[in-house]
Amino acid sequence: MFEVPSVADLNVAASLPVTLLALGACVFLLVDLFIPQDRKYITAGLAAGGMLVALVLALLMWGDVIELRDGDTAFSELFIADTMTHVVNIVVLITGLLGVLVAYNYLERTKIQRGEYYYLILFTTTGVMLMGGANDLAVVFVALELLSIPLYILSGFRWPQEESEESAMKYFLLGAFASSFLVYGIALIYGATGTTSLPGIWEAVNDIVAEDAASKYLLLLGSGLALVGLGFKVAAVPFHMWTPDVYQGAPTSVVAYMSVAAKVGGFAALIRVLVAGMPNFVLDGETVAAWQDTVWLVAALTMLLGNIVAIAQTELKRLLAYSSIAHAGYILIAVAAAGTASVADEAVRAVMIYLMAYAFTNVGAFAVVIALEKDDATNTGLDSVRGLARTNPLLAAAMTVFMLSLTGIPLTSGFVGKWFVFKAALSADLVPVAVIGVVTSLVSAFYYLRVVWLMYFEDGESEASTPWPLASAIGISVAGTLLLGFVPYLLSEMTNDITLAFGG
Amino acid sequence: MTVHEWLFIGLFFALGWMLPTIPIVAGKLLGPKRPNKIKQQTYECGIETVGNTWVQFRAQYYVFALVFVVFDVELIFLFPWAMAYNKLGLFALFEMTVFILLLVVALVYTWRKGALEWE
Repeated sequence: MFEVPSVADLNVAASLPVTLLALGACVFLLVDLFIPQDRKYITAGLAAGGMLVALVLALLMWGDVIELRDGDTAFSELFIADTMTHVVNIVVLITGLLGVLVAYNYLERTKIQRGEYYYLILFTTTGVMLMGGANDLAVVFVALELLSIPLYILSGFRWPQEESEESAMKYFLLGAFASSFLVYGIALIYGATGTTSLPGIWEAVNDIVAEDAASKYLLLLGSGLALVGLGFKVAAVPFHMWTPDVYQGAPTSVVAYMSVAAKVGGFAALIRVLVAGMPNFVLDGETVAAWQDTVWLVAALTMLLGNIVAIAQTELKRLLAYSSIAHAGYILIAVAAAGTASVADEAVRAVMIYLMAYAFTNVGAFAVVIALEKDDATNTGLDSVRGLARTNPLLAAAMTVFMLSLTGIPLTSGFVGKWFVFKAALSADLVPVAVIGVVTSLVSAFYYLRVVWLMYFEDGESEASTPWPLASAIGISVAGTLLLGFVPYLLSEMTNDITLAFGG
Repeated sequence: MTVHEWLFIGLFFALGWMLPTIPIVAGKLLGPKRPNKIKQQTYECGIETVGNTWVQFRAQYYVFALVFVVFDVELIFLFPWAMAYNKLGLFALFEMTVFILLLVVALVYTWRKGALEWE
């Protein structure tokens, strides 16, 4: 008969940062009901404080200062707190903190200051953190919904403005559609392996491969469908259609946060499902995982389309949207490389390094767009940066750093991320896709450096408003981008302990 | 899994299609067709339809329906838990408390936001 777990089996300690943040989000939701409209900075402060506490906890757990006496799994092995979980927590919590900093004054001046904003950000962050520690396909799905649904609402946060509503509607309909693909995939994987637990799937896949059982086709279909559902979340080609429209219509502060957070969540899920769950899914006559070819093909398409279409953009938010598609492609290279067993750990580290580097740079770039944007959500075109170097040299310098980092110029974090990703691809013998990555990086220099050119060598009356929270967020992003660029050792040290080997 | 077992799944598929198709087709072919006005009307649980079907609802109905569904589902979980309470012990009590507290948070939120007032 079914055995009833005891309270001790919960081992909440292992999931402390995420549990605490979920609790905080629920409490702040109630507290906010009693905070008057002109004092919403209290809610913003509470949300930022909650994330700061969770960040400190995550850092302590990452540094083994807090030791988990009862093992690193929580909730009857549904959740696992390994180094990858801690790193995902750290990345998304930093993003969340920057997200609150860039949002407060922006919401105030565009007159959409509502308390819901901050705890919806908290719920999304909780979802991403849960995804980082998912040890079961059921948790993967719940976490994905927890991270997606608040983002659908946040995209439409500027109602009754039509563009924002349209963006929310598009994101919601397509997102729900993509989620159903993931569920179907999970159902088929369950059908093939008889379990939803990721370590259990790993063992079942071993048996399937050894016996060459017919259920390998079911598993192939299931992992393919899961790839479709998660590919949508990270905006990989051909599931990227929603990205430019949603990024353009949603409030810019939301985009700054979600362009990073949704990616962190999506890639954490891809790693958990593909690399932790079925790295040993090797079909007859092959030496690498069956999903590797598909992933690298998707990566190549994503890099090509994202970078080439970005050239034609005249709208800054759309340009950054296509750039975020392109960057999903670079990260997917590392996911593909993880399909080669001997490179798996190195590749997963590369994904985490890239996400960490990308978080600072991308939030920073969107923060500059927020500074330029007018109160009625206009002035986000490429023209808005014309002559920024004369009117606001500091902001122009910051934007230059972000653009160089997104291009991947040495001494910025973007270069370090690309370096590790391409290195993993070469170790896994994925030379063609690494070449595509390098070539498209060169292509991307054109549209990123055009922004720099417009700021420094063109005339214009660029105006920007930088209240202190926004300015400090930009400052932190610049510092992060440069620090990680100058001292790549920090990144490799941070991810050094990530290993995902089950049963090994 | 052997081919033999897959055969069963195929059989289920075939049966699943046949069971609804055969009566419908048989009814179409064999049944007498004597339409009159009452038979042609839209069927809705025995009540005659009045007016156009495309009427507008108040959006407020949806908020009520949502809150209702939440507590309806809560009951579905509460009944089996109450029935097996003796065997489940402290763990289930803890889980149920967390579950109900989450719903209480939602209820307080909707209440305070005025979603339960009927205007």
